[in-house]
Amino acid sequence: MAREDATGVSVKAAKFDYILAESVEEVVATLDRGDGEAIVIAGGQSLMPMLAMRLATPAMVIDINNIAHLSGIDVRADEAVIMACTRQATALASPQVQARLPLLAKAISYVGHQQTRNRGTVGGSLSHADPASEIPLAALTMDARVSLASASGTRQVALADFFLGPMMSARADNEILLSVHFPLGSNDTRMGTAFHEVSERKGDFAVVAAAAQIQLDANGLCSKAALAIGGVDGVPRRITGLEARLLGSRIDQDKIRAALPEIANAITPGDDQHASAAYRRRVAGVLAERALLEAVAEAEQ
Amino acid sequence: MSKREITLSINGKTHTGAIEPRVSLLDFLRDEVGLTGTHVGCEHGVCGACSILLDDVPIRSCLMLAVQADGHAVTTVEGLSNQDGSPGALQDAFQDAHGMQCGYCTPGMLISAQALLADNPDPSVDEIKDAIGGNLCRCTGYVQIIESIQLAASRLREAGQ
Repeated sequence: MAREDATGVSVKAAKFDYILAESVEEVVATLDRGDGEAIVIAGGQSLMPMLAMRLATPAMVIDINNIAHLSGIDVRADEAVIMACTRQATALASPQVQARLPLLAKAISYVGHQQTRNRGTVGGSLSHADPASEIPLAALTMDARVSLASASGTRQVALADFFLGPMMSARADNEILLSVHFPLGSNDTRMGTAFHEVSERKGDFAVVAAAAQIQLDANGLCSKAALAIGGVDGVPRRITGLEARLLGSRIDQDKIRAALPEIANAITPGDDQHASAAYRRRVAGVLAERALLEAVAEAEQ
Repeated sequence: MSKREITLSINGKTHTGAIEPRVSLLDFLRDEVGLTGTHVGCEHGVCGACSILLDDVPIRSCLMLAVQADGHAVTTVEGLSNQDGSPGALQDAFQDAHGMQCGYCTPGMLISAQALLADNPDPSVDEIKDAIGGNLCRCTGYVQIIESIQLAASRLREAGQ
C-alpha cells in the first residue's frame, strides 16, 4: 500500500539515509560504521522491491553508481574480469563477453527484460544470490570467483563457496562485491556452452534452469565438464557426480542419459506456487540433457 | 533523512526538486512533478507500466530512487507527443490500430516501442515481442499492440524520419 508523507508524495520504503559514494574506500568505511544497518545499492533491480515491500529496512543506502572504475570488462591472459557495477545490458552487448564468456552471454539473455538489464548489474545479481537467477548459475558453472572488499582488506571467494542459501552468501555485511573473475582457457580449446530454462514468461526468474560448459580434447574426448542447475535448491547446484561420469568419455545421448540420475542425488527442490518439486526434478533432467547435448555439439563444431 | 535537492531534465525541461531519498523516481514524477502519464502498476518491477527512458534507454521508474536520477535526462510518455502537444507517431498509430484497450499498460508499451524504433526502424514481429516482453497487458491486446508498433514504424520510414 502506498503511504504518503506530509507533502502528499507517495512513499513505500522505510526512511533511510542515502549517500552517493565517490570511492570504494568510502563505501567500506560506511559499511563498517553501519554495523549491518547499511546496504549497497547498485542497479537496484532486486533491492528496490525489497525496500518498497519493507523486506529490507536499512538505516543507510550507499549508492555505488558514481564510482566509475566499478564498471568495466577486462579480458586478461588467464581471466576475464567484470567489475561489479557493469550493467547486464553492457555485458550482454559486449563482443568480448560474447567471444570469451559465451555461457555468461547466453545466461544474461534470459535475465529480466531490456528495462531491467539497462539498470541491473552483474555484481548485484551475484551479491543478491537468488537461487533461481541466471548470472549466479552461469558464473558457478564457469568456476568464477568474486572479489570482496571490506575496511580490513580484499579477499577472493570461489562461487562454489559463495552461495550459502536463498539470498545468503559468504559476503559479510561490511563487505562489498567488487568484481567477478572468470578463468579463461586457451583460445584454441574446443569449448561448447548452452543455457536452457523454463520460466512462466521469458525474462522471469527460472522455475528450473540448466547451464553447461564442455571442453573436448583433440580426440573428441571430454576434458572438462561443468553442469549446474538452478531453481531446484537453496543455491545453484553444480552436479559434480554427473560431471565426473562424463569426464574422459566421448559424450553422446546414451552417455548423458546414463549419468542423469546423478542430478536427483544433488538437488533438493521445493514446492511453491510456480511448480511442484516433482515437476522441478523432471524438468531438471530434461534441461540438463538438452544443455549438455547442445554444448557438446557446439564444442564439436 | 533530510530531503535532497535534485536537478534533472524531464522531457527536455530542467526540473529542480527536493525529495526524500526513499521516494522512487516513479512517485517523484507523478506526485512531485505532476506527470501522471507514467502509470503505477505492480511496483516491484514485473509489469512495465512505469517504464520511462533514462538517458534514452528504457528502465522501470519504480526500481530507481528519484535521487539517483539527479543529473540525468528522463523521458516520460508525455515527452513522446509532438512539440505542439498533438500525439506523436507512436501514439497516433496506437489509436489508429487499436493498440489500447483499458490503456493501463499503454504508457509503458509506448516507451518500450519508442526505444525499439530509435534503434531499429524496421523491426520484425519477434523483435517487437522481445522489446515489449517486459510489459504486461492484462487485456491481452498484444496483437493490436504489435500491429500499432509496425504501423508507426512503417509511417516513420515513409516519412524518412
